Amino acid sequence: MKSLFDKLWDAHVVVPQTAETPAILYIDLHLIHEVTSPQAFDLLRARNLKVRRPDRTLATMDHSIPTVPVSSLAELDVVSESAAARQIRQIMKNCEEFGIELKDFKSPDRGIVHIIGPELGATQPGKTIVCGDSHTSTHGAFGALAFGIGTTEVAHVLATQCMLQRKPKSFAINLTGSLQRGVSAKDIVLRIIGEIGVDGGTGYAMEYRGSAIGPLSMDERMTICNMSIEAGARAGMMAPDDTTFEYLAGRELAPKGGAWDAAVARWRELPSDPDATFDREISLDVSAMKPMVTFGTNPGMVVAIDEAVPAPSGNDKAFAKALDYMQVEPGKLLAGTPVDVVFVGSCTNARLSDLEAAASIVKGHRVADNVRMLVVPGSQRIKNEAEAKGLDDIFRAAGAEWREPGCSMCIAMNGDIVAPGRLAVSTSNRNFEGRQGSGARTVLASPLTAAASAISGKIADPRQLVD
Amino acid sequence: MEPIKSVTSRTVVIPLDDIDTDQIIPARFLTTTSREGLGKHLFTDWRYSSDGTPNPDFVLNTPGATGAQILVAGRNFGCGSSREHAPWALLDYGLRVAISTEIADIFFNNALKNGFIPVVVDATTHAWLLENPGVEITVDLESSTVSIPGREPVPFSVDRFARYCLLNGLDQMDFLTQHADDIAAFEARTG
Repeated sequence: MKSLFDKLWDAHVVVPQTAETPAILYIDLHLIHEVTSPQAFDLLRARNLKVRRPDRTLATMDHSIPTVPVSSLAELDVVSESAAARQIRQIMKNCEEFGIELKDFKSPDRGIVHIIGPELGATQPGKTIVCGDSHTSTHGAFGALAFGIGTTEVAHVLATQCMLQRKPKSFAINLTGSLQRGVSAKDIVLRIIGEIGVDGGTGYAMEYRGSAIGPLSMDERMTICNMSIEAGARAGMMAPDDTTFEYLAGRELAPKGGAWDAAVARWRELPSDPDATFDREISLDVSAMKPMVTFGTNPGMVVAIDEAVPAPSGNDKAFAKALDYMQVEPGKLLAGTPVDVVFVGSCTNARLSDLEAAASIVKGHRVADNVRMLVVPGSQRIKNEAEAKGLDDIFRAAGAEWREPGCSMCIAMNGDIVAPGRLAVSTSNRNFEGRQGSGARTVLASPLTAAASAISGKIADPRQLVD
Repeated sequence: MEPIKSVTSRTVVIPLDDIDTDQIIPARFLTTTSREGLGKHLFTDWRYSSDGTPNPDFVLNTPGATGAQILVAGRNFGCGSSREHAPWALLDYGLRVAISTEIADIFFNNALKNGFIPVVVDATTHAWLLENPGVEITVDLESSTVSIPGREPVPFSVDRFARYCLLNGLDQMDFLTQHADDIAAFEARTG
């Protein structure tokens, strides 16, 4: 009677936890990027340690990389702030020195770390996957145990391929029903966070399960698992199934031939046993869900697009501060609020199907005059695939900017920022104060809602525009 | 790391729930490749007005906050990103303890690895601390209690291994590297 999480955990325990010490947990895949790794490599140097398994380590540059075309370090220096350019150089130096494969800014495989892992087939069911980035939970969509870690832990994993962990509790999110038109995976996860709160998952590893999961594509599953951390969860995961295996079959780093068959047989054993129990469970029917939009300064402050902004309860200072920051009023709808910026991108929603969804709304329309729309594919491959389908032409013809891959305006470290006071409808994952630029106001939404808002010039319900 | 036994200090209070790591240290300061010098950017967008002058309404800019080492914050402190720059910035500024009723998971782990003590207390104690800013209290790691004048000592929970490392100034990397044989055996067994 083991859950998926139990099976993943048990298979990676090198030394079990005791009252005195946490477990030593083996890590199958370590993803690194330029922002949270430099100080970890310094720790290794200070102790004269090597990287134990460079073959289980994959590096890219995504957070501070510009999204305008750059073909050389000299060009990078021109378009980037000096600190960002130095950080890019540092990961190149570190990967060279420690023998780690780096998908650098010239690589056809580069992109946001949580997008290229699955794309290359490095992300697989049954694996433990960590990265110095909280959205590592994305990889849980494949039936992997995946979570974000700090820089000291990055050093631990680089040096020992292991980390110290106490086993979290388990939390089942049962999802039933089927989505209505114009409602998407992003709306599901925003609804879940609204239900349990931004700390509802703290101390838990979550498993999303139930009849609503099977019909979802891997892109949609990744969107949901991606935002598990926004509910505070240690990890979020889903059982692997034929959809998972079809996605992975033939990818570069996926097993081949007989090894593939053996792997699939192993992976089929991973789903939670029918009698598995969880420390906490909730159930939600996705059939009743609507497009969701955030109104405050964390992802749990969210309403359906046709619902009014709620009033603060009691003496909730943070809630009142959030409404003040966002310049929204209780009792009013967000729909109809003028928009300054629309951002389609990030590890949450920059996969091909996300870009297709946004393009389906934008096609044949113009981005409203008051709106700047930025479309940032999640990886170089997605960019190429989108261009092969003519999506770039659709966005450009509408007046949107079509950019090179990266984290971009989700974290606003690379020069792609929202100006103070401006309102952005964003497909990213965080609407914290200043997240997209100091003083910027963020409304999180699906690619459909973001695109509908771009052409309307105000926050708009995509259900009126999908055909 | 220096051993840490206890911290005695006046408190400074930010009575807001869900203070995220983007507030503690905004992403635009994460282009650094060092862990030093982040204290000057701690809570930047709350500490400074848009013209760069200190915001007189923010608690860290008030005279009573000078030298305080213990931060009392609302529920779910440190939520959001995995950036270890958050505890680095708090420590570099001079803060050494955060007290709340709930502290986000990744921040909690990052804090302990850097000698910043995350303390989760009961709601009654928390409410009292919120209402009495500037009181001098002691957070004692050895006994895992918070001592508040005129009140019974308040126990808090801290992982025994993390506490042992902090009390003895030990680096957790040493514990892992000492298990190199176990790790090699695991790799041999699992391929």
